[in-house]
Amino acid sequence: MKIIVCIKEVPNTAEVRINPETNTLIREGVESVINPFDMYALEEGIRLKERYGGYVSVLSMGPAQVEKSLREAISMGIDEAFLLCAKEFAGADTLSTAYTLAQGIKKIGDYEIIICGKQAADGDTAQVGPELSVCLGIPQITYVSKIEEINLKEKRIRVRRMTEEGYEVIQTSLPCLITVVKEINEPRLPSLKGKMRAKKSEIKVYTNEDIKADRNRIGLKGSPTQVVKIFSPSQRKAGEILQGEKEEIVNRLAEILKKIG
Amino acid sequence: MNYFLTEEQMMIRELARQIANEKIKPIAGELDKTGEFPYEIMKILAQSDLFGIFIEEKYGGTGGGVLELSIATEELSKACGGIAVCYAASALGTYPIILFGNEEQKRRYLPELAAGKKLAAFALTEPNAGSDASAIETTARKEGDFYVLNGTKHFITNGGVADIYTVIAMTDKSKGSRGASAFIVEKGTEGFSFGKKEDKMGIRASATSELIFNECRVPKENLLGKEGFGFVIAMKTFDKSRPGVAAQALGIAQGALDLAIEYARQRVQFGKPISSFQGIQFMLADMATEIEAARALVYSVARTIDAGEKNIAKISAMAKLFASDVAMRVTTNCVQIFGGYGYMRDYPIEKYMRDAKITQIYEGTNQIQREIIATNLIKESLKN
Repeated sequence: MKIIVCIKEVPNTAEVRINPETNTLIREGVESVINPFDMYALEEGIRLKERYGGYVSVLSMGPAQVEKSLREAISMGIDEAFLLCAKEFAGADTLSTAYTLAQGIKKIGDYEIIICGKQAADGDTAQVGPELSVCLGIPQITYVSKIEEINLKEKRIRVRRMTEEGYEVIQTSLPCLITVVKEINEPRLPSLKGKMRAKKSEIKVYTNEDIKADRNRIGLKGSPTQVVKIFSPSQRKAGEILQGEKEEIVNRLAEILKKIG
Repeated sequence: MNYFLTEEQMMIRELARQIANEKIKPIAGELDKTGEFPYEIMKILAQSDLFGIFIEEKYGGTGGGVLELSIATEELSKACGGIAVCYAASALGTYPIILFGNEEQKRRYLPELAAGKKLAAFALTEPNAGSDASAIETTARKEGDFYVLNGTKHFITNGGVADIYTVIAMTDKSKGSRGASAFIVEKGTEGFSFGKKEDKMGIRASATSELIFNECRVPKENLLGKEGFGFVIAMKTFDKSRPGVAAQALGIAQGALDLAIEYARQRVQFGKPISSFQGIQFMLADMATEIEAARALVYSVARTIDAGEKNIAKISAMAKLFASDVAMRVTTNCVQIFGGYGYMRDYPIEKYMRDAKITQIYEGTNQIQREIIATNLIKESLKN
């Protein structure tokens, strides 16, 4: 089975600070890490390989320093890493990111399953995974909390998908794309042999020459999203819980409602 | 400080540090209370390949030596001396096979030990044979293709949880220490059982148990080296493993100092953080200096051993002696910096002091270490 995991490098959310004047992230001096949700995608990719055999690749788009995160993925047990890196890709919104990744995946070749984290910890949009499946013309299942079964012969997959009330069991055909939630597994730490392999591994870097993307659909030019304003939401006051005897609570509630008008 | 580590050694340090910070620190306090064995951590260490860092590649390891083992043990000990010793004691149990095992024994046992699928332990100490290791009473009687073991070992680290035991027993009592032999005994062998699990002052996450041999039949293929080699095997094993205890002590000391510095910066008295007082500053400075001196000694002894130096008993004893004495002094002073809070179990620092104490006692008390050093000094002087 061939598996491709898509990851994004994000600022370490434990250290994120917002510039109060511009309302943008302060990125200076903040370490970049693999998007925490993508760690579950990597772990699930490695587990699928251990369970069903095969080959698992990791793909990312970004500047050259993303190589560090790709090597970290290899040290966990990923077989091969690809990076889409070119000036033209910069400034991409979720749509142009998904399109560019899709072109990268077409270049990589065959696959049975693509795994993404449910969303990135910086943008929080949860759009790239679903958009990527549309670009590739394959089915998608989002918020997967368990892969119940993969039948390679009959080319189908059955998963649990988290919902607010519980979970759904969904089956679809392969190839497909899933996005995973943190309930799916516990990501492993790297191994020493993995680290040694990661150091020696070649990261395959693709530019636009390689993936032959439509220049109008990549980077800033291919991004219809316009950020009008970024702001920190004002803090909401904590609610009040009324406690005591029934009558007392009702009277208090009536008083409060009267006050509000 | 640049310790001139290779890239691989730095990877080991980084990996062990990550495991210590992310996996061990959050549970160290709880396991200290319950005395539960850290099976989950052993699994993580195994998956990370850390059990194989002192074992040759052809047996599934990554081909390092005493320095690699010391680096990993130091990092793990910064978070918990108890969990670290579960790891290091397996190395202690593995060394006799590395040093004296024949090809067949190595092929049979080392790959699973390197993969961390099995843990090892070393069994020498008995109720009446501590520092005087030659006084052991456990016997091994040859009967056809077997040796039949009888006797009791106690205070055995990883006792009960390990799968592979190197056991020293007397094959010929009349020869004194030259009548001891070493055997590989697998858990589950008939006649081999476990007795009392000790309730310890420190390193409480580790298992320390009695081993009981009652007409335990061990195949003769499990004899390490030759009959009569037991005592030599034990001493040569300790020569290799003592820097590991030194590294454990070093880690405990560093872990305690890190906590004390952080506390001194936060604790305000007389309107200032106590770190601004010279009395505290001098303590911190002395402790840090002693730790660096211990590290320099441990690393250089480990490097010397890995380079193939033959006479290592003296330097190995020096590393263990110095680092463990530093650990005891440093952890005691760190408790002092925490003041009254340091004496309370709600704070993590008193555990470091309890954990440090054992490093002055096991794998040869520090009095025995001094004796080894002095004996070698006199021997060297006679030669000159």
